[in-house]
Amino acid sequence: MDVEAPVDYIALTRATYDALGYSPYQWAERPDPPPWARMTTPLAEATVALVGSGGAYRRGQVAFHWRDDTGIRLIPADQPATDIRITHFAYDLEPAREDPNIVFPVDRLRELVTEGVIGGLAPTAVGCMGGIYSARRTEEELAPAIVAEVTAMEVDLVLLVPV
Amino acid sequence: MPTLCLTSAYSITAAANPPRAAFSDLPLGNTAGRPHEPEFQRELLRRALVAGVAIDRPGTIVDTGMRWDADGSWKRWATSTGTSRSADSEADDRRQRLDFPQYQDEADRLAAESAS
Repeated sequence: MDVEAPVDYIALTRATYDALGYSPYQWAERPDPPPWARMTTPLAEATVALVGSGGAYRRGQVAFHWRDDTGIRLIPADQPATDIRITHFAYDLEPAREDPNIVFPVDRLRELVTEGVIGGLAPTAVGCMGGIYSARRTEEELAPAIVAEVTAMEVDLVLLVPV
Repeated sequence: MPTLCLTSAYSITAAANPPRAAFSDLPLGNTAGRPHEPEFQRELLRRALVAGVAIDRPGTIVDTGMRWDADGSWKRWATSTGTSRSADSEADDRRQRLDFPQYQDEADRLAAESAS
C-alpha cells in the first residue's frame, strides 16, 4: 500500500460493493470544465460563508434523517460551536460530535477573522447531510437551496466543507 | 459566486471537479483537521484559503500539505466510509438509512420538539 498517495475511495467503494454483491455506485463525474467565478476581493478583505455537508444542525432544530435528506439548516456562525450537533449515516461521528470544528469550522474561521487572514465570516452558516444517493435530487433540491441562501448573504467566497 | 472546496477524498473531488479545491490527507470525517487541535485546524484553513483563492485554472486541486500523521499508517484501516480498525474493510459499516430525524442525543430531540 502506498501511504504517500491519497486513499482512492472510489476504488475502495467499488471493491466493497463488489464484495457485498451490490451494483456499482455511480459517483458524480463532471469531466467538463467547471463554471468559474472570479475572486475579485483580496482574501484579507473577503467575507466568507461556510457550507458544510457533514450533517451539522443546531440544538433545537429538527435533525437530518439519513435517507436522502435534502434539507438545509441555518446555523449561527457568530457564536461558539457549543450548540452544534452532528448526524450522518456514513462516517464515524464520535470525533465530530466531540469537536464539530473538524467538519464545520465556525470557531476556527472566526479566529482567522481576528488574525486578519479573512475579512469576515457570514453570521449564518449552512449545514446539510451530504449522504444523498441521488445526484439528481442533490442538484435539483439541495444545491438550489444552498445557492439561494449564500447568494442572499452577499459574501465574497463560499467555503465548502464536505465529508 | 466564487467557491473553495476543502477535501480529504481526492478521487471523489477530482471526479466531481469543483472550480477550486484544497486537499488535506486526513481520514474521512475530519475534513477540516484533527479533533481538539485548534492550531492544526487553523493552519489547514490558512493554507487552504491562501492557496485556494490563488487558483487560476478551473478544476485545480491544491495540496495543503496537512497530514494526519507522519507515516500515513491510518490508511491501513481506511474504509470507504472512514476508518474502523475492527471492521473488515469489505464490510458495510454504514448505519441504516432511517427516514426520520436522527438526533445526536435524546435531549436534542426534546429540544427540537419543544421548539416546534
